[in-house]
Amino acid sequence: MPGLATQVERYSVVIAIGGVAVRVNTADADFLAMLEDRYAGFVSAEERAAFDFDVDLTRATFANPHADVSVTHRSGRWFMERGDFRAEWEPAAHRGWIHQSANPYSIDAVLRIVHTLVLAKQGGFLLHSASAIRNGKAFLFAGVSGAGKTTISRLAPADATLLTDEISYVRKLNLPRQGEDYVAFGTPFTGELAKLGENTSAPVAALYLLAKGAENRIDPVPAADAGRELLGNMLFFAEDQEMVHWAFQAACDFVHRVPVYRLTFMPDARVWEMIG
Amino acid sequence: MKMNKKLYVACSPRIAARKLGEEMLVMSGQGSTLFTLNRTATILWQAADGATALDEIVESRICSEFEVQPEEAMRDAEALAEDLAKHGILLISEQPIPKPIASVQESR
Repeated sequence: MPGLATQVERYSVVIAIGGVAVRVNTADADFLAMLEDRYAGFVSAEERAAFDFDVDLTRATFANPHADVSVTHRSGRWFMERGDFRAEWEPAAHRGWIHQSANPYSIDAVLRIVHTLVLAKQGGFLLHSASAIRNGKAFLFAGVSGAGKTTISRLAPADATLLTDEISYVRKLNLPRQGEDYVAFGTPFTGELAKLGENTSAPVAALYLLAKGAENRIDPVPAADAGRELLGNMLFFAEDQEMVHWAFQAACDFVHRVPVYRLTFMPDARVWEMIG
Repeated sequence: MKMNKKLYVACSPRIAARKLGEEMLVMSGQGSTLFTLNRTATILWQAADGATALDEIVESRICSEFEVQPEEAMRDAEALAEDLAKHGILLISEQPIPKPIASVQESR
């Protein structure tokens, strides 16, 4: 006797960024293939994931992916919405869903938001900055669009491992030797270079606030200025009082522990002689 | 605000604050607004426990620090307190204010 319901095949991919694995489930094999390609290097073979997201694909309509995003919290659930997607996430149930068309930008935005929310509780954050590992230490290069994140990434020498040219992933972790420390992870969140970061990590040695200038120089930044600029460069989506407080405390803790400098640089590779 | 009435001030529980270097940074949960307090405002802020009257704070903390006459200091402190209250980061009352769910204040 034929079944009354048709079994819909589901496909899954686990995307692990910063050690936080998110499984994305979809009924569309082409969409899955696009995700595997888009997040290559961050696709995990592990079955286990911290959260599951079911993606329901809708028909493509014109929507501006640069429109403002709304992130609100009600009754233990996060609601995320932008012109091109709607999503809901219940952290306690480890589940969420996304309504979007088959494009890479919407799910990328949801992943950034989810990771921002996960990190905030743990004293970490996503930062508008390039980052790279040199001599076993991670260096962050923060600045708004045009400050030089892409330029400093392009100038990186062969012995530097690029973690990202756009969005850095910073976690506070208990390390076996150092104790509690900040660690930068590679991300697939790309900027103008459109090149995925390496999926690796290292303790953060310094944060450089970028400024283009007529010479290469490094100057210390007073703590309060460092805190203000760090907050100004942190990715922040939720208008939620608790989240605001966590982000603020994370920024203050970070500048308390990690040296922050102003890096004025000319667009040539010699700037890297001063780093690492 | 009448000069002859006692005024009490307390940090709003809806903010987060930290002293970084010599500056006090205060972040309001509403609208994610970041404020930087000057030296006088920082002294007032740190003494705003809801139980100590504003004139006592002025006398014991501000006059001694800035060598200013109490009347002038009190006028400035009231104006400052009103300004901070307008931004939602300080509470003002003619009665002692029960201890708020404290915002964290630490020094670098």
